[in-house]
Amino acid sequence: MKEKVGVYVCHCGSNIAGIVDVEEVAKWAGVNLEDVVVSKDYKFMCSSLGQELIEEDIKKDGLTRIVVAACSPHLHERTFRRAAETAGMNPYLTQMANIREHISWTTKDKKAATEKVKAMVAAAVERVKLQEPLEPKFVDVNPNTLVIGGGIAGIQASLELADAGYHVYLVEREPSIGGHMAQFDKTFPTLDCSACILTPKMSDVGLHENITLMTWAELEELSGSVGNFKAKIRKRAKYVDEILCTGCGICIEKCPRKVVDNVFEAGIGVRKAIYVPFAQAVPKYPVIDTETCIYFDTGKCKACEKFCPTDAIVWDQKDEIVEVDVGNVILATGWDLFDCKRIPQYGYGRIANVFTNLEFERMCNAAGPTAGKIFMRDGVTEPKSIGIVHCVGSRDKNYNEYCSAVCCMAALKFGHLVMEKTEAEVYSFYIDMRPNQKGYEEFYQRLLDEGMNFVRGKVADISDVPRLPGEEGKIVVQVQDTLLGKQRRIPLDAVVLMGAMEPRFDAKELGLKVGISCSMAGWFTERHPKLDPVATMTDGIFIAGACQGPKDIPAAVAQGAAASARVQGMIAKGKVMIEPIVATIREESCSGCRICNNLCPYNAIDYLAEKEVSFILHELCKGCGTCVAACPAGAITGAHFNNAQIFAELRGILYDAMGETERVPEPAVK
Amino acid sequence: MSDGTFEPKIVGFLCNWCSYRAADLAGSSRVKYPPNVRIIRVMCSGRVDPTFALKAFELGADGVLLAGCHPGECHYLEQNYKAMRRFSMLKHTLRAMKLEEERFQLLWASAAEGNRFAEHVAKMTDEIRKLGPLNWPRNWIEKGVGDKEIEKFLKEHEEAMEVPAR
Amino acid sequence: MSDKGKLALYWAASCGGCEIAVLAINEKILDVANAFDIVFWPCVMDGKVRDIEKMPDKGLDLCLFNGGIRNSEQEYMARLLRKKAKVLVAFGSCAHEGCIPGLANMNSRDEIFQFVYKDCPSADNPKGVLPEVETKVSEGTLHLPFFYDTLKTLGQTVDVDYYLPGCPPEPERIWDAITAILTGKLPPPGSVIGAETTVCDECPRKREEKKIKEFKRTWQVIPDTEKCLLEQGIVCCGIATRAGCGALCPQVGSPCIGCYGPNAGVEDFGARMMTAIASVIDSNDPEEIDRIIQEGIPDPVGTFYRFSLAHSSLRRSNRAGNGKPAAKEEAEVSGR
Repeated sequence: MKEKVGVYVCHCGSNIAGIVDVEEVAKWAGVNLEDVVVSKDYKFMCSSLGQELIEEDIKKDGLTRIVVAACSPHLHERTFRRAAETAGMNPYLTQMANIREHISWTTKDKKAATEKVKAMVAAAVERVKLQEPLEPKFVDVNPNTLVIGGGIAGIQASLELADAGYHVYLVEREPSIGGHMAQFDKTFPTLDCSACILTPKMSDVGLHENITLMTWAELEELSGSVGNFKAKIRKRAKYVDEILCTGCGICIEKCPRKVVDNVFEAGIGVRKAIYVPFAQAVPKYPVIDTETCIYFDTGKCKACEKFCPTDAIVWDQKDEIVEVDVGNVILATGWDLFDCKRIPQYGYGRIANVFTNLEFERMCNAAGPTAGKIFMRDGVTEPKSIGIVHCVGSRDKNYNEYCSAVCCMAALKFGHLVMEKTEAEVYSFYIDMRPNQKGYEEFYQRLLDEGMNFVRGKVADISDVPRLPGEEGKIVVQVQDTLLGKQRRIPLDAVVLMGAMEPRFDAKELGLKVGISCSMAGWFTERHPKLDPVATMTDGIFIAGACQGPKDIPAAVAQGAAASARVQGMIAKGKVMIEPIVATIREESCSGCRICNNLCPYNAIDYLAEKEVSFILHELCKGCGTCVAACPAGAITGAHFNNAQIFAELRGILYDAMGETERVPEPAVK
Repeated sequence: MSDGTFEPKIVGFLCNWCSYRAADLAGSSRVKYPPNVRIIRVMCSGRVDPTFALKAFELGADGVLLAGCHPGECHYLEQNYKAMRRFSMLKHTLRAMKLEEERFQLLWASAAEGNRFAEHVAKMTDEIRKLGPLNWPRNWIEKGVGDKEIEKFLKEHEEAMEVPAR
Repeated sequence: MSDKGKLALYWAASCGGCEIAVLAINEKILDVANAFDIVFWPCVMDGKVRDIEKMPDKGLDLCLFNGGIRNSEQEYMARLLRKKAKVLVAFGSCAHEGCIPGLANMNSRDEIFQFVYKDCPSADNPKGVLPEVETKVSEGTLHLPFFYDTLKTLGQTVDVDYYLPGCPPEPERIWDAITAILTGKLPPPGSVIGAETTVCDECPRKREEKKIKEFKRTWQVIPDTEKCLLEQGIVCCGIATRAGCGALCPQVGSPCIGCYGPNAGVEDFGARMMTAIASVIDSNDPEEIDRIIQEGIPDPVGTFYRFSLAHSSLRRSNRAGNGKPAAKEEAEVSGR
């Protein structure tokens, strides 16, 4: 049966008609393109009248295919698909030619524009004739949610979902939830005590009947797709029976092995081999670090076991793989601190009294290794002067181009805390001061009033080699003061480097596991940077907090809440549509060569060993078409983008490329 | 086109998520560039089969542009790397077939890079304009002899066959 | 004459292997002789073109035509046999897709003549004589066929009813095709008579997921006897080549070179090979990818289009000076 194609050329007011001779195009298409039975131009095709025009023609003239030459399909493909559907046509039998964004808006040459429009319309007509009706599938959404990362963003997301009555599996890599926020003493700009506002939320998580908390655990594998994921979670052996343990802490007290805590204490404090990272940890159960435990090293000791009043130490505990079914996943995996040793001229690791921001956070913290006292590295001397260097590893083409967003405010906070706790003089070395949220600018003014010194300029060098009188025994910060317009050398007792926030070292790996991508800098990519900041390109995977990009606590909390709201929306709807644009392998043509097996990042391609053919799971296929293009046997077809459709589009798009007489007939081989 | 100078016809295969949106952005920001590229939308640069480019040349295209998301930023995670590998492979073959480098190009353009897209199209158009038309199917026409001459040869064969064997 | 069908066999631009392949069906050739009167087979028996010319159109029941169309005489014979045969079969790779003679499409007629008649070390042609279409001698004018710049396949020259792939076609497949023709159990005209899958389907080697870090040429490696050759870095065309041969080459450790042509529905064999093996290159670094490809595959056209260049999308290499509009061609010869 021959198709009956309707062609509609939109004026878009003067947006298209001002450059393109739309009447001429409509007339030309009606006369020159085979199977076109209706060809019209109209002021605004996307208006309700424009849509009705299509609907009427479908009913009146029995159109079987629709071509709309108008704007980008990203704007109105859905509109015209819906119009076709209203008139009883399968929505996938429509095709748009993008003649506004790609033609009329990009040239002033009216003749060339009209010619190009003809080619694009010819392409759409040739293609649409070969398009096939497709039916989207719907699947039920499992109401359970997996949240990965128990920092403040993950905690917020989990609590909101759990409070709404939905079950959450919260997975945390460390022994306790709390994340970076738990390391801080005060939070800017209000100077609330971080622990005071965080720990109640943590214990809510620990006690919530709708939250299954898995700490010392990591996502091993995620399979399935939106609505029905299956997650494999590796719960590392804690060697502590969580049912018997009461969290009394005697084991920790009795453990003879002290080790430097590089995670929670940022390397300036110690913990035991059996430990909880901090007193208010949730859960309260300790874990044994097998790397440092004397028993795991020598086979002797077992002090913890001897003193445990409830016999909760279990030496033969093994890693456990837990499988959970969830409908959606929220990633809230946070950030890592920039390795300040990468900037050798700043002296970190070489000059004792150069600290990182996280080290300094721990030092300020009343529950930290110095009980909140600000000392030099020797642990006893109070510094007389402290410099705070901004943008260490951020806003720097050599390391990270982006701004880490929080350091200006954290530096101001440090300035305040130093002046509150000591007599020291404080210098801030900044490039630009960026206190740009509610109450932040006021906080900056406050610090100006409190007498913090601000030097605008990028620090060139931090050295402990004296060159001038007065520099002996000091750390000298060499800086171009751009406000004074001269080089300065400022001798100080201690320096704090505001290291950049960086993506987690394994963010890319996790992204691959769940099927989302990272930006060039390594942050997880949101679906839309402005309009869809917590969804990702993979349906059912959401992101919240600093794993999406540097941000402070309020922003991370807002994203955690936003992600939870998006998930609740999915659960409330109950069903989710799966796009019918998927690839299919023709079994009889597949030789089982296995070229395609490695190509799918969503693991949608399975190899059926007994049949010796490959097979595509449609629920997992995202329709990119990479396997279709790769199949050496031509055994894979991609719905809505099959070879015949694209060849037809090519024939149309190049209809005027060769003179008629020179057109060489296609080889007759099938 | 209007003054009779050669205007190349370039087929652009653009991925739905980055490069097609870059072309959209170029339009909505009213960036002007030569109207020589005709765009075919595919879901991913990974969908682009070398056959598409070959077919475009076979049908008379003067150039083919393949565009996708930047490496590492593919909407489908890493499929543009496959596009990159195939591009390199096809380029190697087309080079051996004496196709000029400029006629087959690869561009990475994010959805935010309307300008980059427009600039690349302008540059590519210019390069191909300098090369002149490709008209690949002309390669198949016997040089110096048209169809008429071929018919003449065939006639001669027929006549030659009529000479009685000695 | 008997009421048996009439069969013609013809040999155009090919090596002659297909003629031998017909005989490789062994004693079954007697069955063929029972079913057909062989009226024209220049390779094997005397026959006159004039006899064919004088036959009524469609007077031949079957013509097995091997070889591509390299010159005007072959084109004449192709057209003649098309006119006279009810069923015209492009027999073997040359007629199907040009085969090795088609690789000459990487050069022009002038380049081919220059090498064959002058530069070739074995050429003994002190006067530098080249073939001419017409040569005047005292007795009159001598004619030679006109040698084409571009070798065409039979299908690009005349309508072909069926294609029988292979260099040469395997005896079993020839017999299958003859049986199909005799019994009338045929696919739609224009089809290839053969399998719908590729050589891997018949290959006993063990296949895994593929990742290739380096392409190796056959002399560089002694292949493992169990493992897929491609996984060992050897460019084996079995993934893209139509099944039917029984995977003879890979079974003895030699990679498939693609003589059976592309699988059903595939237009360009080389494109399938290129895309498939490029997809599984184990690198994301453009420079490394280029290096892997350029070092591993020094002759891409010979590797991917060994049998199918004339039948591919592009059919031949780009000729210098091509593309100028016909009218301007003379004036701008030296342009590029």
